[in-house]
Amino acid sequence: MRFSGTEELFERRTLPLGDMARFLRQVHIDGPLLGCLLLICSLGLIVLYSAVGENLDLWRQQCVRLSIGLTALFVVAQVPPGVMRRWSPWGYAAGLLLLAMVLLKGEVGQGAQRWLDLGVRFQPSEIMKLAVPMVAAWYLHDRQLPPHASQLLVIALLIALPTVMIAVQPDLGTAILIAMAGLSVVVLAGMSFRLMIALGLMSVPGAWLLWHFMHDYQRQRVLMLLDPESDPLGAGYNIIQSKIAIGSGGLFGKGWTNGSQAQLEFLPERDTDFIFAVMGEELGLFGVLSLLGLYMFVVGRGLFIAIQARDTFGRLLAGSVSLTFFVYVFVNTAMVTGIVPVVGIPLPLVSFGGTSMVTLMAGFGILMSIHTHRKLVPQ
Amino acid sequence: MRLIAPIKDHHRETRLFFARVFLASAFCVALLGVVIARLVQLQVFDYQHFTEKSLGNRVRIEALPPNRGLIYDRKGRIIAENLPAYQLELIPEQVPDVEDTLRRLAGLKLIEPEDISRFAELSRRGPRFKPVTLRFRMTDDEISKFAIQRPRFPGVDFQPRLVRHYPYGDLAAHVIGYVGALSAADLERVDPAAYAGTAHTGKTGVEFFNEDKLHGETGYRQIVTNARGRQVAADSRGLTQTLLESESPQPGENLYLSLDLDLQRIATAALKGRRGSVVAIDPSNGEILALVSAPSFDPNAFALGMSTSEYNVLQFDLNQPLFNRAVRGNYPPGSLIKPMLALAALETGATNLTRRTFCRGFYTLPGSTHRYRDWRPQGHGELDLHDAIAQSCDVYFYEISREIGIEAMHTYLTQFGLGSETGVDIVGEKKGLVPSREWKRQAFSDRPNQVWFPGETVIASIGQGYMLATPLQLAHATATLAMRGKRFRPHLVAATENPITRERDLTVPEELPGVAIENEFYWQSVLDAMHAVMQSETGTARASGLGAPYSMAGKSGTAQVFSVAQEEKYNEDDVEERLRDHALFIAFAPLDEPQIAVAVVVENGSSGSRVAAPIARRVMNQYLGFGDAI
Repeated sequence: MRFSGTEELFERRTLPLGDMARFLRQVHIDGPLLGCLLLICSLGLIVLYSAVGENLDLWRQQCVRLSIGLTALFVVAQVPPGVMRRWSPWGYAAGLLLLAMVLLKGEVGQGAQRWLDLGVRFQPSEIMKLAVPMVAAWYLHDRQLPPHASQLLVIALLIALPTVMIAVQPDLGTAILIAMAGLSVVVLAGMSFRLMIALGLMSVPGAWLLWHFMHDYQRQRVLMLLDPESDPLGAGYNIIQSKIAIGSGGLFGKGWTNGSQAQLEFLPERDTDFIFAVMGEELGLFGVLSLLGLYMFVVGRGLFIAIQARDTFGRLLAGSVSLTFFVYVFVNTAMVTGIVPVVGIPLPLVSFGGTSMVTLMAGFGILMSIHTHRKLVPQ
Repeated sequence: MRLIAPIKDHHRETRLFFARVFLASAFCVALLGVVIARLVQLQVFDYQHFTEKSLGNRVRIEALPPNRGLIYDRKGRIIAENLPAYQLELIPEQVPDVEDTLRRLAGLKLIEPEDISRFAELSRRGPRFKPVTLRFRMTDDEISKFAIQRPRFPGVDFQPRLVRHYPYGDLAAHVIGYVGALSAADLERVDPAAYAGTAHTGKTGVEFFNEDKLHGETGYRQIVTNARGRQVAADSRGLTQTLLESESPQPGENLYLSLDLDLQRIATAALKGRRGSVVAIDPSNGEILALVSAPSFDPNAFALGMSTSEYNVLQFDLNQPLFNRAVRGNYPPGSLIKPMLALAALETGATNLTRRTFCRGFYTLPGSTHRYRDWRPQGHGELDLHDAIAQSCDVYFYEISREIGIEAMHTYLTQFGLGSETGVDIVGEKKGLVPSREWKRQAFSDRPNQVWFPGETVIASIGQGYMLATPLQLAHATATLAMRGKRFRPHLVAATENPITRERDLTVPEELPGVAIENEFYWQSVLDAMHAVMQSETGTARASGLGAPYSMAGKSGTAQVFSVAQEEKYNEDDVEERLRDHALFIAFAPLDEPQIAVAVVVENGSSGSRVAAPIARRVMNQYLGFGDAI
């Protein structure tokens, strides 16, 4: 036994801030992670203020959402990982049920059936963003890693079921995120590289198949990525304007609230999916690199928490939450800069909108719970 | 099947997990590298390219229309000006329900119900922020009526704009022409860039012919717009650090016409509401002093835009007010050509001043029984060329016609400017017709008709048959007579004026090839005969020459609208008004130093000397400073 107890550990590690650290640990909050999240949110609010055209009403709405999200983070952080693990299958089952309800009687918005009104109007797919990695981690928790093929098949089914249900809503962006969340669990659990390569090769005919099941607007988005100039006022408009916005921002940007692309409404969806372009235009390369730096710190801290976790469930879940967050960041920035097709994924913690904010914050709550509830002595 | 559950190997799992996290981190860093590389590419390497694109997105060039040149008459009275007028405009994007709004405006009688669909279509087509003009000029009553109701009409308002205005209304409509909304057809004719900000263009008359001078040069300025193309205030944001360029529009040139509005008014009044035309020319330089085509129309209606029904009223009016009779009306010149033929006959030796003929009231060609009647059934008795002109004896000219021949007639009449465009500075001029053998060969497709018959020469000698001339051509020919063969191209624009420097550029009279008759004595004799028409005891128009304090010369003409059968007698009381003969008259004064030449055509006026001649007299009186006396 190297350490006698928690007290000693904290005194040794964070001596100058000892009292603060002790308090945070008691309320199950990870200081560095929270601090970085707050920095991102602050930066996000600044950019958003400009992106909504200095509309204070909309800006306040976002502040309220952030507060709700931070509350969710705090509440989830208090739940011990063991409780989470035991409740994982039930949460997953409930999520599936709600998804089924969405498909049967959900509300239609913007051509997709995503919403469910059960007193509170929400998207059940959001639950799945956390429920899928949780149930995968729960399934692997007691099993020897790396998982066997049969176990992988079970997990594949657990992932595929909600993914398909969400993809047909249709909500390709969320479906991809959920699949990535589940996939990251098995990758971290040690799925063999040979299998990964095999799956990768299979994805070629898979993509061909997918193309046939895609909606026209989704196909358009893929085509637009290949040649956005082919339809400059139609489907390619978003990408062209977004690239102009970012490119014309240069190193230092045109100045906050001075982005002509954003302020004169050339940039579509400037406060939601394309807010990264607003930032690139107004704050320039240094602005967006700062934000990416903060994001990477969050991902790094999450992976650090995963490494520090003492049991399989905690490790896999923390790792998955962190990597999913990265996928969020990557897909959004890559689509706004025209590297990948436009899929409706907002820039986490910055884009205007409440649905994903709570889920994201809850995810960080899970990370903090895992980190602060761990028994410091290996079992 | 596994019988014993494997015991978890924690160290192995931990190693495996660490390795995987490390790999995942590396993967993340790689992907992030791709994004950063992309950002660097966009923001550093392609910065210039995207900056230009961004600028091109928001900076738009707005055309500034020039002020149209003004038009004055010869005494400096303004005939066409630009007046501020309140226009009723609708901005589609600010109107919740366009159709409903238009219906309610029609209810207030601010627009015509029949135009609702047209305006609704216009509102849908253009950019949503661009105003649609519903009414070009609102009266004070309409403005106050609308002002009270304005809160009920969001997105509809009245705006001051410059509108072309013709203060004299229909007085010189056929001369000035009018401007109208720029159409697709107009845009094919003009340079669209030069007309980028212009809403109106000249459609007919002086306004059309001098469009280049009147229009001016379009200026431009750069404005900042948002994605929907709407202008944003340049200083409300720091979006306009780049210098916005602009260039002021150059106003169009002012035109001074040779037209005398007093003369125009007298001529119009003298026509007393009949259909017809009066053209007065200064023989010494070709300046057109009056150009009347009656009935006329109000050109302001065109400048302001008409409803379809208003236009149809003009279009289908039996009296054809839109038809410019002065330059487009082809009339048989009748006896008006006699002085010119007399000159041709003297020059070719077909007759001389002493030859006398006995007029019995009709003429027959040798070997034919067909009677070519004189206008005076009982005949003129024995007379010479002088009397033949003064009394307008047809038989005398029938007789000498064979000796002149149609070819010589054609040659000399053409030298007076008949049968071809005068080249006046308004478009649409008709060229009339002076027949010849060659013309007939080409005009008819069937052989029997291509032959020139001797009888056709006979009737050509009194300006009937195929012969046609416009009032402008007749006035021009009269001026040529007055100038004894010297011809000047008729024109309306006497000077152009630079609106800024006030520098004037006077139009130099353009002399045309004259009449090839050198003998002064011939001219003197024929002009004397024309003088006798008005100021002798036997002249056909002696009533109109009576008591004039100046000398004048003239010639009456009466042109058949339909031919009278051999046995019938023409009795004007029996003939329907529109089938009566046209009354024509030409005159010039004073005899020695001619200052004005006039041609008058009164459609279905029956008698040139009784109906048309007094009109010519009034016009000459006015111009020569004897007011409207007599």
